[in-house]
Amino acid sequence: MKNIFIFIRIYFNFISFVILQICCILILNKYSKTHEVYFAGITNEMVGKVNKKYDNVYSYLNLQKVNKQLAEENAHLRDSLKSSSIYVSSKIDSTAIIIPDSASLPKRKYAFLFARVVGNNITSQVNILTLERGRLQGVYKGMGVIGPQGIVGEVIEVSDNYSRVMSLLHRKSSVSAMLKRDKNSGTIEWDGVSPEYVILKNIPKSAKIFKGDTVVTSNYSSIYPSNIMIGTVQAIRKDNSSNFFTLKVKTSTNFSSLEFVYTIQNMRYNEQHSLEDIKLKLND
Amino acid sequence: MTNIAKYIFRFILFVLVQEFILDKVPPIHQYVVPYLYFLFILWLPFSINRFGLMIAAFFTGIAIDYFSGTPGLHAAPCVLIAYLRPFILNLLIPQETTEQSYVEPSIQSMGMGAYAFYIVFFTFIHHTYLVFIEWLQFGNLSYFFSKVGVTTAVSILLIFGTELLFYRKAKYRTNAA
Repeated sequence: MKNIFIFIRIYFNFISFVILQICCILILNKYSKTHEVYFAGITNEMVGKVNKKYDNVYSYLNLQKVNKQLAEENAHLRDSLKSSSIYVSSKIDSTAIIIPDSASLPKRKYAFLFARVVGNNITSQVNILTLERGRLQGVYKGMGVIGPQGIVGEVIEVSDNYSRVMSLLHRKSSVSAMLKRDKNSGTIEWDGVSPEYVILKNIPKSAKIFKGDTVVTSNYSSIYPSNIMIGTVQAIRKDNSSNFFTLKVKTSTNFSSLEFVYTIQNMRYNEQHSLEDIKLKLND
Repeated sequence: MTNIAKYIFRFILFVLVQEFILDKVPPIHQYVVPYLYFLFILWLPFSINRFGLMIAAFFTGIAIDYFSGTPGLHAAPCVLIAYLRPFILNLLIPQETTEQSYVEPSIQSMGMGAYAFYIVFFTFIHHTYLVFIEWLQFGNLSYFFSKVGVTTAVSILLIFGTELLFYRKAKYRTNAA
């Protein structure tokens, strides 16, 4: 016993070094795997508050750009309103007057919650955004996040009043996407090179692709509604060794000037996931 | 006591500068990442004990980590350089004169050559370990080597600028302190 104490005293520095290193690696490991840390809630609140202070100042410099983004989005939404199109029909539809049964009304699948971006990073390989909206305001882990111009990322960590979002510009982000023109679907990833471009993988070579094709979220994604803008095809790389194209896609979202985003609540997220999990078990 | 206040102030300043200025600089290239915060550890006084140094380094790293959303990534290399620092300092400075008369590492207290070696060595160690951890998660060999090279060069340039801009008076150690 005495020898152990002597040993510890002699190698105290080395032992504490090893212990601290192990701590770091454990935190890092746990975090990258499950995106959860024991004390994440507390630090998240603190970091969120500091970020908010900074953003209060910084947002003034961006006001014009943000106004323009929001105005454009408004115009787009007005375009898609039903009232702005005319239905030309000579027949008077008598059934329209009758109040429809509530069961036959279209059910709402997605709810959009507005959030302000208080922390944003695009310079590292693992970029994270901080939003000023948390658990108390209805955000949960796994929500999709879209901006005025296109998709932004996925919520990975939630505290009471703040949440953190894994941006599309994260080495581990992966989003199911498709080409708008012919519905061929693939996966959007980021190669870490430029914050303006992401990579679309797994588009079969049978697909005809042109520069400038629009890439949108696919029908298979459980966190995003389908047909949300991601970007446009900028370059096509042919890889002779595989049957798939690798496309360079310019993101429609300008990640450096994000101020306001929407978190998307999928009302049927749990249902879809529990069903998909059952399928996996059968395959085993 | 004023010394402790000074170091706390310096700590906050380094973390904020790293997080809100250097990390917001529009990226020129994926390899060009300006890191400066670890200079805080290199500027801590000679007299700090080794365990305290490692704890201070750990918290510096973790503070940066929570802002950038990667807990543990920066803390690990910080603890490493804090552990190695006393060994290198023992090699670089003549024990009986300098260590006793100056408070912290600087050009004046160590001499230009020794101080330059001290900075370059630890910048290199820090970045190698940092990029190594990143590399385990993604990237390839060329990513590792180029990023270590480029970030080290950028950091040394930044530290050189910091030394020129913020002249630290090399204080003698007194009995009162």
